[in-house]
Amino acid sequence: MLNFTIRRLMFAIPTLLVISFIIFAILDLAPGDPTASLPMTVPPEVRAQIRSTLGLDEPFIIRYFLWLKQFMITEPLNLIESSFGITIGEGDRLRLTSWATRSPVVDLIAERMPQTLWVVGMSQIIAVLIAVPIGVISAYKQYSWIDQLGTLFSMIGFSVPTFFTGLLFIVIFSVNLGWFPSIYDTNHVVEDWDSFVFQIKQMIMPTMVLALFTAAQISRYMRASMLDNLNQDYVRTARAKGLKEQTVLLVHVLRNSMIPVVTVIALNIPTIFGGAIITEQIFRVNGIGQLLITGIVGADIPLVQTLTFIFAALIVLFNLIADILYGMLDPRIRYE
Amino acid sequence: MSDTSLQEMPKASSLSRDVWNQFRVHRGAMAGLVIFTLIVLAVIFGPMIHTVDPGFMNIRLRNAPPSWANPMGTDNLGRDIFAQVLQGGRVSLAVGITAMLLALFLGALIGVLAGYYKRLDGPLMRFTDLFLALPLLPLLLVIIMLFRDTLRQAFGPETGIFFLIVFIIGITSWMQTARIVRGDVLALKEREFVLAARSIGTPSRRIILRHILPNVISPIMVSATLGVANAIITESALSFLGLGFPPDFPTWGRLLFDGKDFLTLTPERVFWPGLAISLTVLSVNYIGDGLRDALDPHIRGR
Amino acid sequence: MKLRSILIGATALVAATSAHAERASDGQLNIIYWQAPSLLNPYLSGGTKELEAASLVIEPLARYNEVGQMVPFLVDEIPTVENGGVSEDLTTITWKISDGITWSDGTPLTAEDAIFTWQYCTHPEGGCAQATNFSDVESMEALDSQTLKITFSVPKPFPYGPFVGAQSPIIQKAQFENCVGTLAVTCSDENFAPIGTGPFVVTDFKANDVATFAANENYRDPNKPAFATVNFKGGGDAASAARSVLETGEFDYAWNLQVEPEILTAMEAAGRGEIISAFGTSVERLMVNFTNPDPALGDERATVAHPHPFLTDTAVTRAMSIAIDREILVIAGYGSAGQETCNVLPAPAAFASPNNEWCKNYDPDEANRILDEAGWEMQSDGVRAKDGVRLSVLYQTSTNSVRQGTQALIKQMWEAIGIETELRNIDASVFFGGDQSSPDTFQKFFADIEMYTNNFDGTDPEAYMGNWTCAEIPSPDNAWLGMNMPRFCSEEYDALAAELSGTAALEERARIAIAMNDMLMNAGAIIPLIHRGGVSARANSLEGVLMNEWDSELWNAADWTRSN
Repeated sequence: MLNFTIRRLMFAIPTLLVISFIIFAILDLAPGDPTASLPMTVPPEVRAQIRSTLGLDEPFIIRYFLWLKQFMITEPLNLIESSFGITIGEGDRLRLTSWATRSPVVDLIAERMPQTLWVVGMSQIIAVLIAVPIGVISAYKQYSWIDQLGTLFSMIGFSVPTFFTGLLFIVIFSVNLGWFPSIYDTNHVVEDWDSFVFQIKQMIMPTMVLALFTAAQISRYMRASMLDNLNQDYVRTARAKGLKEQTVLLVHVLRNSMIPVVTVIALNIPTIFGGAIITEQIFRVNGIGQLLITGIVGADIPLVQTLTFIFAALIVLFNLIADILYGMLDPRIRYE
Repeated sequence: MSDTSLQEMPKASSLSRDVWNQFRVHRGAMAGLVIFTLIVLAVIFGPMIHTVDPGFMNIRLRNAPPSWANPMGTDNLGRDIFAQVLQGGRVSLAVGITAMLLALFLGALIGVLAGYYKRLDGPLMRFTDLFLALPLLPLLLVIIMLFRDTLRQAFGPETGIFFLIVFIIGITSWMQTARIVRGDVLALKEREFVLAARSIGTPSRRIILRHILPNVISPIMVSATLGVANAIITESALSFLGLGFPPDFPTWGRLLFDGKDFLTLTPERVFWPGLAISLTVLSVNYIGDGLRDALDPHIRGR
Repeated sequence: MKLRSILIGATALVAATSAHAERASDGQLNIIYWQAPSLLNPYLSGGTKELEAASLVIEPLARYNEVGQMVPFLVDEIPTVENGGVSEDLTTITWKISDGITWSDGTPLTAEDAIFTWQYCTHPEGGCAQATNFSDVESMEALDSQTLKITFSVPKPFPYGPFVGAQSPIIQKAQFENCVGTLAVTCSDENFAPIGTGPFVVTDFKANDVATFAANENYRDPNKPAFATVNFKGGGDAASAARSVLETGEFDYAWNLQVEPEILTAMEAAGRGEIISAFGTSVERLMVNFTNPDPALGDERATVAHPHPFLTDTAVTRAMSIAIDREILVIAGYGSAGQETCNVLPAPAAFASPNNEWCKNYDPDEANRILDEAGWEMQSDGVRAKDGVRLSVLYQTSTNSVRQGTQALIKQMWEAIGIETELRNIDASVFFGGDQSSPDTFQKFFADIEMYTNNFDGTDPEAYMGNWTCAEIPSPDNAWLGMNMPRFCSEEYDALAAELSGTAALEERARIAIAMNDMLMNAGAIIPLIHRGGVSARANSLEGVLMNEWDSELWNAADWTRSN
């Protein structure tokens, strides 16, 4: 297993290089323009000049290698310098800057991590906590009222898009009841009990909207997989041996049913980092998702390239973790 | 637009008859089938009965509440919502089902191949990683830019866009299915019955078709259900971004999106398209449940 | 509507100034801009959101007030030919900075700062978005520390480009000295928190998210601003921004609420705030393509080499114009923020032509008659044709729910007179972008009709009317740069444009501009639809707001107060 992990990690480097190149090519091909959002009163000549100062006149391949150098060498060096207070080589390196804000991309991402982790991360945890029990009970008591209710809940949760549930929550809980703020305050600092309560209040709506959507998905896979396993011969054997029903269910069946669920969760964890574009917009959480969509709309290539690349690295990493987990859940799975 | 016909109708072979018999006794599945058929029929024949032009704007009758002439009221430009829901259903159902089938086919194929053949696992899964990582929006802009005019000339504006959208949604939503199917196949191929089949020299193709595929049918069914909802919603996101059908072309997702700000003013604008999407997804889900049970030999025997 | 909001604002202002007379006594002001500012240096990003957020901090010498008149801000009076501030030959202007104006760090504002601002913006490698404000400036010199003399290379009948209006505020030399040219990108701290002379100072800035400001201790009026802090939040969409002011009351002021009018009216009924609007020079218009966008033409598509098969026929464009019921477009999409218009130059009042009112008279029968007379006969498929040419148009615009509503309405109106219409909407970042590889930019105009809004800064239309000269036609030769979308070209029009740039008297300038406007209308190059206003919302407790379309909406934030 260790061998396998090391080999896969080595293989990840060329993979990521290829992915980064393809992403860059697509961003470059895409018909966006960083000056598109300027008012119409800014004449075309000025726009052309702005584009050239952003380096858009350079050939594609040069811009790609510049990005690669800035992201792979300059930024890590800067990180080392700032965390250890030392200087390596010339101190004056051109940092990887976003076009729209003219500020370092890495700083922008760091600024937005807290709210994204709070809201999106929490929603994933809640989703798993809701979905796994629902999936297990629905499968165990197939076609009981609780199963039907779970099905209804998850199907509605999945088929109603977040742009609608978010708005509905705001109309009910902010406008009519006045319980929660409709706009997330990213400057809020938790320092005592009251501010903690406020933080919870402003997190509840976006977190629940996202959790509902994700839980719907996970619970369906959980249920289907449990159903498959409940009918297997080993379950009959285990019961015949006189094992307690609880043990049969939670130790044997659940463990064997986790493979698809682990896959879904592993696919979802990178999206925590990726943020939730629509939900973040609705509640103005302004995390990574909102940063990404503003970057895309504004054709801010350095920003979008960096975000998607980090995202790609996380996907590769978590899919590797999922593969390792498969081996732990089912020792018969071997990779060599 | 009627490619949503009942693919689950039995053929004359005995296995199919078994499956159909099992399917028939599944109450949820039958209810799902009936509702789904009703929706399809309503969408196909509805516009012949309710003959109001969905695009016709009667600006003097804006935001009207439900009445005999407009059973679901009108929108802010005075268009009849009922006619739009019927018209939009044709597109949404067609896009939802075909895009789901495309994604399912790709996902299952790649998942099974990667899971079964060790040689293909690495390359195929890295390919999947690539697709998972691609930024969707710029990718869509590129695809639209490259192919829209060609397709528009070849098939006309609406059919051309239809192919494009089905292709886009299919090509960008197979990855999860592929990963899940692969995970299951990895475990399945080490199971005794597969090892047994292999030891007696059964060719790989036959092992996959007879032993592996039937055993990954349940995650595939879940993916199918979620896929329909996903395709309908994604289509609305595309229209919203100006990448989908022309703006005067109603679809359920788009109706829901356009209506959302009118939630407090004319709630029926969001209620009906939302209900239509949910009912479709729910009925597809139950049909999937029934099919899964019907295809599972353990249950069928009971 | 305009008058009403001005009156309300004016009375509120009087009431407020009498009630409060103390700096920082009114707590926090919460402003929501649903498009968040990405930095606070308007020279690096010319977007309205950055411009307006920055206007709380940095100021020009003079601003435009809510009725479009110049008012002195950092000077005592506006230089004119009459008071000797502008030379007789119209080549120099001399500004005298008021006594006692200091930056928020306490150092005095000098003419050197203004000169530095000019150098900063005109540096060839800086990529300054506001460079046009400094066009034709030959030199600037400081006659003394408070006197700035600007010399132009040509006579400038309207010499108020530099340092007037929100587009060209003065930045501090001491702060930005090391940020000139290519160094601009290394100055993110400066760009996020410029030092200014305005009522507020930046305390924290999170790009594309939220900015916080505090009252400027060194502001020239010791009793202003009334608010101690400003929370300037961004993100989301226009409808929810309106909701946060009108329904939940979480915010005091929301900007740019282009939402269907009935939604705003319904929100306003909650009684927490009101919708305010004001009109500037923005016109939503249809551009008519005079060249043939047929893809079969390859590289010569949409160039002057191939005239359009039917849109150069003024009978067709005239019929298209009167077949549009503009009143319905206003009702459905704009409400109080729109007025029917028949001019591409609708304001200021002296420049608005009275000669094109015919287009407001919605008359499909007349449109049919004109088309019949011109030989466009109705075919069996309900579409008119002549000599095998069918009246079938592709009508494109950017993605935006109000625009799509307008598109659908116009399609119905045109199909009623036998003009087949196909609609297309394109993502704004592509449509308004200048990407050479995209076929969907508004400059390439690979369609028959396109719709968007344009306007001009300030009150002088010379540069704006210059958009439709022959030299401004976008084509592959000039990399599709140019604003003459209809590809309208007339020697007579070019002559008028030249005459305008050499005329100083206001009445004469108005006469020429009106003649140019009328030429465009009579040729059918542009079909104006709606004179659009800005729409914002303010909470009932917020007083002193004077909605302004000629400058930043926050131009008088120093005077805003909270009622009890």
